Amino acid sequence: MSSPAPILEVRDLKTHFPVRGGIWLRSVATCKAVDGVSFQLLPGETLGLVGESGCGKSTLGKSIVRLLAPTAGSIRFEGVDLATLGRKKLKPIRRHLQMIFQDPAESLNARHTVGQILEEPFIIHGIGSAEERRASIDTLLDKVGLPRAAAHRYPFEFSGGQRQRIGIARALALQPRLIICDEPVSALDVSIQSQVLNLLLDLQREFHLSYLFITHNLAVVKHVSDRIAVMYLGRIVELSDAEDLYARPRHPYTRALIAAIPEPEPRATRPRFIGTGDLPSPINPPPGCPFHPRCPHATDLCRREPPPLRETSSAAEPSHAVACHYDLLPAAIPSPLGAPQKQESRDT
Amino acid sequence: MSEAPLLEVRDLAVGFESGGTVARAVDGVSFRVARGKTLGIVGESGCGKSVTAFSIMRLLPQPHGKILGGKILFEGQDLVQASEAELHRVRGGRIGMVFQEPLSALNPVQTIGRQVMEALLLHKPLTKEAAWAEAITLLDKVGIPSPEVRIREYPHQLSGGMRQRVVIAMALSCNPSLLIADEPTTALDVTIQAQILELMLSLQRDLGMAIVLITHDLGVIAQVCDEAVVMYAGQVAEYGPVEALFHRPAHPYTRGLLASIPRLTTPRKSRLPTIEGAVPALNEMPAGCRYQNRCPYAEARCALAPPPLEAVGEGHAVSCIRWRELPEFKPVSPAAV
Repeated sequence: MSSPAPILEVRDLKTHFPVRGGIWLRSVATCKAVDGVSFQLLPGETLGLVGESGCGKSTLGKSIVRLLAPTAGSIRFEGVDLATLGRKKLKPIRRHLQMIFQDPAESLNARHTVGQILEEPFIIHGIGSAEERRASIDTLLDKVGLPRAAAHRYPFEFSGGQRQRIGIARALALQPRLIICDEPVSALDVSIQSQVLNLLLDLQREFHLSYLFITHNLAVVKHVSDRIAVMYLGRIVELSDAEDLYARPRHPYTRALIAAIPEPEPRATRPRFIGTGDLPSPINPPPGCPFHPRCPHATDLCRREPPPLRETSSAAEPSHAVACHYDLLPAAIPSPLGAPQKQESRDT
Repeated sequence: MSEAPLLEVRDLAVGFESGGTVARAVDGVSFRVARGKTLGIVGESGCGKSVTAFSIMRLLPQPHGKILGGKILFEGQDLVQASEAELHRVRGGRIGMVFQEPLSALNPVQTIGRQVMEALLLHKPLTKEAAWAEAITLLDKVGIPSPEVRIREYPHQLSGGMRQRVVIAMALSCNPSLLIADEPTTALDVTIQAQILELMLSLQRDLGMAIVLITHDLGVIAQVCDEAVVMYAGQVAEYGPVEALFHRPAHPYTRGLLASIPRLTTPRKSRLPTIEGAVPALNEMPAGCRYQNRCPYAEARCALAPPPLEAVGEGHAVSCIRWRELPEFKPVSPAAV
């Protein structure tokens, strides 16, 4: 897996926020929203980023496009480290790096027509004459399946699915190479969700786009991703090929997530492992492995030492990394798909 | 189904007044809920599922929302005709309610204990001390750890899942025979959602109450419900036992919905089937079938008259005049990994 150079390489990224309190609003604690995340993204690839609320997945996405300032670590986009880049130097790179947000109603300026919204990126980057920009807007609307007349209308005149298409058109405007999709279909009804997912997949094929696809929906993330990273409390706990993650989940948290998916199959007698307890807060994360308070297999080692993300596959297999001290017996928590489990179990 | 159902909704029509016109958000909806069973109502935004639920509790937004016609028979009593005093006894008494967002269902400036006690004291002749003790028992029953501590806390001190447990405890306080849950897990994370659904089912087993579960998530319906009603544009498109609905869906809309959800077994990055177009606006409903503009099987006669509900099988009915002629539905087989 080392042939093409990665388009994005994030190394040990940390984004911490001060928590202010008291009458002087002094910093009383630190919220470690993203706490040491590393991964690579290849050209044309989709990396899914999945986790529950508060796990830091959106903060990670926003830190990569520098909507938030990272505390430490590097974000190499096509070889340039964005983490430390100043505003002036960042601007020309931003065209290649776009973002799609969850709620199109909130991310589109309600007082601008769709045409103005789509023209803005061209103006900001000083691209084309007014004539050329208008032609580009028509092309963009065609690409995302909206009528050209839409340019003269306002966002509120469109349905949720159509508004998300406008958001996608805006992200596409400057022919980016990487798009961070932050919950792009979570606010949409299922019949519309599939339309938007198809559109994203079509655009990826046509323009050879890389996606970082952030979602809490495990079925959606499996559908769109080549590889998937599972986040928990600011860290990646498992990173693997998409198929392999669901067939052989290694981390107890991933297994809990997969078991909790409500599959549209009545009375599916899937073995359930429903974790108890709530997500701990990233302000005061537990010591050791962040998952240990909810983990049924936790030992003293887990309570003491944070496990590093380590490779568990042999060189011939697709990469599958997990941050767990143990190679848990797959039989202990059966896979939800009932895939044949003839896994090596070195240790428990 | 010889026994009288616990709840029977017959030909319910609900409208919202605005600027002199009335938009019919729910138009001729009928279904029954048997004692101790779970009925799901599923549909997309604006299909009228929540309006139906709010009508059962007579909690439509006032003054615009109005029940235009139909009957809501609950334990033999027509709630449409019930007086405000009678409704007070039913709501929170025989019918418990759980809403989507627990934070807005709870009072932020009162302790958990006071809020749970309020429901108890309203419906039961209890002393404050007895109500306090019972509130602790209830919180324990819904799986809140150390309830005697939590009972003194405020809603903001609890997580989303814990808050929803408190709301469920309040809904259960008077042993309702029916629990109406409107998107109870939509605001929660998947692992917490699974916990809350498990809790609702286990409480149902213990207490024998019926549940009406409103959701947009077909997965939740499949996992939790005995029967389900699929709503589209204010009407019932199809209803039946979940097994029949998911394996032998008769309405093109139900089929479209089932096909368009990505599942764990869907081949990755394949094109998903879609439902083209959008739901017509309430004031632009076509004559005839309301799904005709999106339906791949629509033909001229679909536009002539609203399709009646026809029986397809045991307890399974569909509102489509062409259901007999549709090609066989191919369920996504779990083997196709």
